[in-house]
Amino acid sequence: MGERPAFDFRGNILRALADGQLRRNLQSAMDGLIRKRRAVFDDPAELEALRTVGQSLKQAALSRLPALLEELEANCTANGIQVHWAETAAEANRLVLAICQGERATRVVKGKSMVTEEIGLNHFLADHGVEVLETDLGEFIIQLAGEPPSHIIVPAVHKNRDQIARLFHARIPGAPYTEKVEELNAIARRTLRQKFFEGQVGVSGVNFAVARTGSLCLVENEGNGRMCTTVPPVHIALMGLEKVVARLEDLPPLLRLLTGSATGQIVTTYVNLISGPRRPGEKDGPRELHLILLDNGRSRILADPELRQTLQCIRCGTCLNHCPVYVRIGGHAYGFVYPGPIGEVLTPQLEGLARAGVLATASSLCQACGEVCPVRIPLPDLIRRMRTDGACQGPGGPEDGCRPPLWESLAWKIWALVNTHPGLNALGNALLGRFGRRLPRRGPLAAWSAVRTPPRFAPKSLHALAVKEGLPHE
Amino acid sequence: MNEPARTMILSRLRAAVRGVLPVAPPEWNPPALPGGEARIERLQRLLEAVRTEVHRVPRTAWVESLKPILRQRGVRRLLYAPGTPLGRSLEAGWDDGAGDLPRRIPFERPMEDCKAMVFEVDAAVTSTAGAVADVGSLVLRPDAREPRSMSLVPPLHIAVLDSAAVFDSLGAIMRAQKWAAAMPANLVLVSGPSRTADIEMTLAFGVHGPKALVVLILVD
Ligand code: SF4
Repeated sequence: MGERPAFDFRGNILRALADGQLRRNLQSAMDGLIRKRRAVFDDPAELEALRTVGQSLKQAALSRLPALLEELEANCTANGIQVHWAETAAEANRLVLAICQGERATRVVKGKSMVTEEIGLNHFLADHGVEVLETDLGEFIIQLAGEPPSHIIVPAVHKNRDQIARLFHARIPGAPYTEKVEELNAIARRTLRQKFFEGQVGVSGVNFAVARTGSLCLVENEGNGRMCTTVPPVHIALMGLEKVVARLEDLPPLLRLLTGSATGQIVTTYVNLISGPRRPGEKDGPRELHLILLDNGRSRILADPELRQTLQCIRCGTCLNHCPVYVRIGGHAYGFVYPGPIGEVLTPQLEGLARAGVLATASSLCQACGEVCPVRIPLPDLIRRMRTDGACQGPGGPEDGCRPPLWESLAWKIWALVNTHPGLNALGNALLGRFGRRLPRRGPLAAWSAVRTPPRFAPKSLHALAVKEGLPHE
Repeated sequence: MNEPARTMILSRLRAAVRGVLPVAPPEWNPPALPGGEARIERLQRLLEAVRTEVHRVPRTAWVESLKPILRQRGVRRLLYAPGTPLGRSLEAGWDDGAGDLPRRIPFERPMEDCKAMVFEVDAAVTSTAGAVADVGSLVLRPDAREPRSMSLVPPLHIAVLDSAAVFDSLGAIMRAQKWAAAMPANLVLVSGPSRTADIEMTLAFGVHGPKALVVLILVD
């Protein structure tokens, strides 16, 4: 779902790396996000305590997921929310379409939601004659450009203001060319206000759903989420079923972690707690409120004790910001909806290792993602798990055992041979010392040496030097 | 409702967590704040940091304090909620003949019947249910008399806050006001005017919601 037709990860990476503008746009944005996060979490001990709380809250919820979902359903229903269950992306799309058709709605306004990207909702509705308008400014920009989001939190982060200025001028009727951010915002505000006014159905995601009170929590800064959930007569909220938490009291620490990690804010401008449609006597708010609980592979992920941790994710995006690979290639190169470390772990599980397992190669295992994840998902471990599982998907399938490719086994055999035979070892060191600087810049080494200074090998190995100095060396 | 999907999903989930020991959810207490005046100061500082105008005004004369703010901003149409204590004191303190005061416009009918009006007023004044000092948020509980779009659609939102309802933390106000016992259809924390940083991470205010937020803190 949602991926571009042919997924050529290597090609994507090479193209992204060659795009200097993209790399500059990303680098400055990610630096800013990292700095702001660090400033808001200025007490390391407090942050670590908070991360532990976040981790245990999500684990506690996952450990009782079926019971919590039933409780959520019962309390939402009591609040007047119509709850639907969807096994697959296709099923969720059909549910949304059926609600729109029931309302004879052709104009949908949508708040930012990764799960609707995951299921490819916009395309599906457009194919069935329902126009979906993205209202988050970043999403609005990339919708105009016909692109998918490149970041979980800042979807248009790959674009700079000149690119956006040209886009607005070309695609929004009557929009003048301006590179002033304030003016660009004003153009978007004018355009979208009219759309909110006319919208027949509002679609949103959910950050946390509270089982005990049947409440949907949605955080945002722009107010478009409030618009989508307040002004149109019908509101449809979609959530992955891992978003449920037990109690209202679970929200304060999770909100702190989410907003601090995502944007470096202590709180977002708006935190919405929605517990039902318009009540009798009320003058505004949607008449109808639907909640769609989406599985789409999550129940399968829950069954694996290690991979289950993937479902703790609160989609803060900070693992992307801190990832040296993401910062260089950007979100689009990953080819699917969820980029960065979380994408490397989640996408292969959602789309299958055969199609998306290669994503797990996009990591140097530097551990940064695992160290910043607000709910302590051991992302590097899970990336390695994806690699292992991927390697076990050989031609003969898992039962074929985890057989590495021939060249890889050969390379390791040679390495082992050289390192277990002192004579060979000494010979190897001597050869490297003499000829190491003249390693060919072609063939398999070109990818490395093309952009890096070749390493200098010392003429004598450390071992040889230690022997010469008479140091104990065994 | 899609019964088969529900049954299938729940049975898979039950199988998946079979044998998983339920983890006890931990408690989290945010760092304590000094009380009293310091608490209100913190709230004010955090709100001002996100471009909110904060005024402390005498409880009994807030309408008088509001007037110069509206005049200065050139507000011509002010939306308010009739029938609320706030609405009543506004009506009592309003000199409808005064040419330099905005026209007060009551939110009396359902949104469907007055949508254009709501989208055209210059400002709205609402109450608040309290505030959270440690993160700098106002708590709004819109209801039948005070609709939710009042604090969302007009370009200027004026929120009136009782200084006695400022709490340390979100957890504290949830407990004190017993939120879990009866959630309104819509409860929203507001921290500043609507904002975005979606273009080159440059912060800009007033995207979809109010462009400006003014808070009047009622003090004795
Ligand atoms: S994996 Fe962790 S860091 Fe990455 S988006 Fe999810 S919660 Fe945030």
